[in-house]
Amino acid sequence: MMNEQKTHEKYDVIIIGGGPAGLTAGIYSSRAGFKTCIIESGVIGGEAASTDLIENYPGFPDGTSGLKLTENMEKQAKKFGTEIIYDKVIKIEKTNQLQKGKYKILVTNSGKIQTKAVIVAVGTKPKLLNIPGEKKYKGRGVSYCATCDGFFYKDKKIAVIGCGNSGIQEGLFLLRFVKKIEFVEFLPKPTAEKVLLDKIKEYENVNFHLNSALQSINGDGKSATGITINDNTTLKVEEIEISGVFIYVGLNPNTEFLEGLVQRDKNGYIIIDKNQNTNVSGIFAAGDATIDTVKQIATAIGSGARAAINAGHYTENTN
Amino acid sequence: MAKKLTLENFDEVINSGKLVLVDFWAEWCMPCIVMGPLIEELANEVDKEKVTIAKCDVQTEQAIAQKFSIMSIPTMLIFKDGKPMDQIIGVSQKQALLDKIDRYI
Repeated sequence: MMNEQKTHEKYDVIIIGGGPAGLTAGIYSSRAGFKTCIIESGVIGGEAASTDLIENYPGFPDGTSGLKLTENMEKQAKKFGTEIIYDKVIKIEKTNQLQKGKYKILVTNSGKIQTKAVIVAVGTKPKLLNIPGEKKYKGRGVSYCATCDGFFYKDKKIAVIGCGNSGIQEGLFLLRFVKKIEFVEFLPKPTAEKVLLDKIKEYENVNFHLNSALQSINGDGKSATGITINDNTTLKVEEIEISGVFIYVGLNPNTEFLEGLVQRDKNGYIIIDKNQNTNVSGIFAAGDATIDTVKQIATAIGSGARAAINAGHYTENTN
Repeated sequence: MAKKLTLENFDEVINSGKLVLVDFWAEWCMPCIVMGPLIEELANEVDKEKVTIAKCDVQTEQAIAQKFSIMSIPTMLIFKDGKPMDQIIGVSQKQALLDKIDRYI
C-alpha cells in the first residue's frame, strides 16, 4: 500500500520566506513567467512588517510603515502570479535528485513540493538571552515586538535591552506609551546610528545602564516586575523595578533546516557567492539569513532580485 | 465567521458549554493582521456544535484583556466550561491550533 506523503504541484522557483528579499524574488520570478511560490511559516513581510517607521527606504521621503511597504510588495508579487503558501519547510531532501536537471523536493509540515530552483530567504529571529525569567515571562512582561505590545505598557516603566539600532528605534516608538525607559547595554557605548542616538537624547525620561549585563528577569509568578543587572566593571548588582522588558540583543538566522546540505558560517548565516549561489547548484539564498553583513531592506531587495534572476537562468537550463 | 467578543456578550459566549478559542488582537499588530484569515478559516472548519472561535480587539475591549493579563499579542486563549485552560502566545500555524482544540474537546 502506498502511504507516501502527497507530492504537490511542481514549480519552477520556490522561495522559502516572505520578507522583503523573498517578496522581491517573487516579483521578479513571476513577472519573468516562472511558476513561482513563496512558502511562509510565520507572517508575510517578515521582520520588516513589524517595523513602525522606515525612513531610509528610497522613494518614501516622509518614511513609510513596514506594514504598508511589505503589503504592497505582497500585492505586487501576487499580481504577477506568485502563489503564497503558509507552511513550514522542514528540509530540502538530500537525494541524487539534487543533481542539475532534476527537481528538488521540499519537505513541509503538510507534504512535499517539487521545484527546479530554491531561493532561501528565511531571515532571522530575535536572539534569546537565555537568562532566568526570560522564557517564564514571555508574553507576560517580556516582549520582542514593540509595535505589537507597546500599548499594554501605557504610563508604565519598562526596560529595553540592547542599544543597537533596533533597541533605540523601538525605544523611540515605545516612548509614545511608556512613562520611562531604562536602557541596558552590554557594551560600554550604544552601537546605534548617530541619527537615532541624537533623537533619543532629546527625551528626559530615559536612563542608560551601559557596560551592564542583564542577569535575570524577575517576577511575581504571574508577570515580570523587575530586572537584575550587573555592571561589567564595578561588578555592582542592581535591581530595577519595571513592568515590561523589550529585548533587542541581535538576531539568529532561521537556517537550522539546511543542516548537512547548505554551507553556513559558524553563526548559521548562509554562505553565498556574488550571484547568490549557495554550495548546492540550484539553491540560492538572499536577505538577512546570508553572510552579507548589511541587514537592510534596501540590500535585501537587491539580493532578492539577483537571486531571482539567477534562479531564472538556472531554471531555463534545467529540463 | 469568528465571533466578535465584547464585554456585553463575554459571559454568554464563554459559558455556552462549547470549547472557545479567543484570538486577542489589534489593528496595529502585523502578526495579528496576518493571522486574521487563518482564524476565519479555523472558524469555518471546526465543528460549530462543539467549538466557538472568537476574536477580541484589545483596544476596544481593554477590560477583557486586563482580566486575563494579556500583555502580548497575538495571544490565543482556550476556554473550557468557562475557564481558561491554555494559552498560545505569538503566531501559530492553523494545524497547531486545531491540535490544541482537539486536545480539549
